[in-house]
Amino acid sequence: MKQNRKTHICREEVEHVAWLAHIKLTEEEKNLFTEQFSRILDYFKKIDEADTDGVPPTYHVLDLVNIFREDKSGKSLPKKEVLKNAPRQEDGFFKSPRIV
Amino acid sequence: MSKADGTIKIGLEVHTQLTSLKSKLFCSCSSDYRGKEPNSVVCPVCLGLPGSLPVLNKKAVEYAVMAALAFNCKISKRMFFFRKNYYYPDLPKNFQITQYDKAGGVPLATNGYLYIGEQGKRKKIKISRIHLEEDPGRLVHLGPIDQSPYTLVDYNRSGIALLETVTEPDMNSPREARVFLQKLRSVLEHLGIFDGSLEGAMRCDANISLAGGTRVEVKNISSFKEVERALSFEIMRQKGLLERGVAVKRETRHWDATRRITVSLRTKEEEQDYRYFPEPDLVPIELSEEYINKVRSMMPELPDDRMKRFMSSYGLPRYDAGVLVSSKALADFFEECVKLYNKPKDISNWMMSDLLRYLYENNLELQESKITPEKLVEMIRLIDEDVISGKIAKRILPKIILTGKPPRKIVEEEGMMKITDRQVLSELIDRVFSENPKAVKDALVDEKAVHYLIGQLMKKTEGKADPSLAAKMVNEKLHSIKKKT
Repeated sequence: MKQNRKTHICREEVEHVAWLAHIKLTEEEKNLFTEQFSRILDYFKKIDEADTDGVPPTYHVLDLVNIFREDKSGKSLPKKEVLKNAPRQEDGFFKSPRIV
Repeated sequence: MSKADGTIKIGLEVHTQLTSLKSKLFCSCSSDYRGKEPNSVVCPVCLGLPGSLPVLNKKAVEYAVMAALAFNCKISKRMFFFRKNYYYPDLPKNFQITQYDKAGGVPLATNGYLYIGEQGKRKKIKISRIHLEEDPGRLVHLGPIDQSPYTLVDYNRSGIALLETVTEPDMNSPREARVFLQKLRSVLEHLGIFDGSLEGAMRCDANISLAGGTRVEVKNISSFKEVERALSFEIMRQKGLLERGVAVKRETRHWDATRRITVSLRTKEEEQDYRYFPEPDLVPIELSEEYINKVRSMMPELPDDRMKRFMSSYGLPRYDAGVLVSSKALADFFEECVKLYNKPKDISNWMMSDLLRYLYENNLELQESKITPEKLVEMIRLIDEDVISGKIAKRILPKIILTGKPPRKIVEEEGMMKITDRQVLSELIDRVFSENPKAVKDALVDEKAVHYLIGQLMKKTEGKADPSLAAKMVNEKLHSIKKKT
């Protein structure tokens, strides 16, 4: 039997994940996610119960290798299409907040 | 700072674009993005639009295998791509497709090395791994990055094939780092997979640690020319801290090429935060022994072999041959010259001394200058045909480099032909003698004063007097004075 302890995600971890994603969370959301993250991870822990000794790891579900394309250049998207969904743009550039 | 110092350890992470590819790494957008309107060479794949799927460029794998073989690496039989997750506008997908050496990841190749030559000594720089990944887009800031009100993004570069080369911390000075980059560039250029003269085609990050300090990473070294400068600054900064007894913080710093300093990036991201996992949209790659052998058989001559050939075929000293092959452009230029005029040693001398010094002092690439093999050879022929002296050649060479004007034309326009007319020289010698009576007296007994007189004559003719004829005639004149007295 592999580990069956309950997961405890702490509030700081939730805040860190939110920081990585550049998302602002309210206090309620932080409480909610702290509890939900732990539950989600516990759910996935079920997988740990499977006996995987001697089973090679799977990196891809398809039994295919070496799918290539030739090095030929083709058409790109028209510029109007490229910027169509951009909420902000300037001189043909996408405009984004500064992130340092 | 330029001397190799055992207490300084430098490791490099070099990113080189595979510039000979016609298309990007995972889509068929043209790789020719330089100078194009922003966001005009993009498609759903390199814009990361939902539902788009990457397909690997076959040639990119071949080029990377060539590089791996040239770097004496062990090539992996089976490998995968991974997603490196980070939220930054330079990649629209919020992850970069790359390769990873942990969590079951296998990079394209590992455990290689390159030799660098410095002052006649050979030094081995170990290469831990090389892998393929996609280049991010280009961010444009208004002014310094930390003061820009917002960021503009151009995805034309996004998805360009990059080869990442990671070295062991085997370099002990900024100069060695530069020499290593030069070697790496020369090898990749000889393979025909890379053109280092293209802007931004080679960029690197460096790890630097000093004895008693800790490892600091410097990012954003955007050219080959910058590496020595950035590393020297960082070493000075760390030395200053250590001397004052302040601990060096383990951190990532950003090289600001305009202010020529490194600034702290205050990043809170650590390796685990990238949450690497296998890229589900790309299938594994398997490279057979047969395939690797096929690539090996197509490999062109590399700098180390070319150096040996320069020594054996052209009789060049090891040092000269080493300098010439340190850049493919330089080595090609040399061989073009030799084809036109079979005087390898003279050609090499002119290239090694005046040509290279001028380029180095003016921070120019050979390709950026206007000189061609035809023009250098023409200049050397003018010397050999006794039209100009070597001294004059030294003076016109910078003009050839700058303007590309044919040497013969420069010589004619500026009246720089050697003066070989005895009549003209004789008159000039008379003037020199009458202007320097004391020197003439001394010259009758002292060899040194003779040289002084010859020097005065050369000065009067702005170096144009035929040196051997001038010496001969000055001596003749002295001789006749001696007879008279």
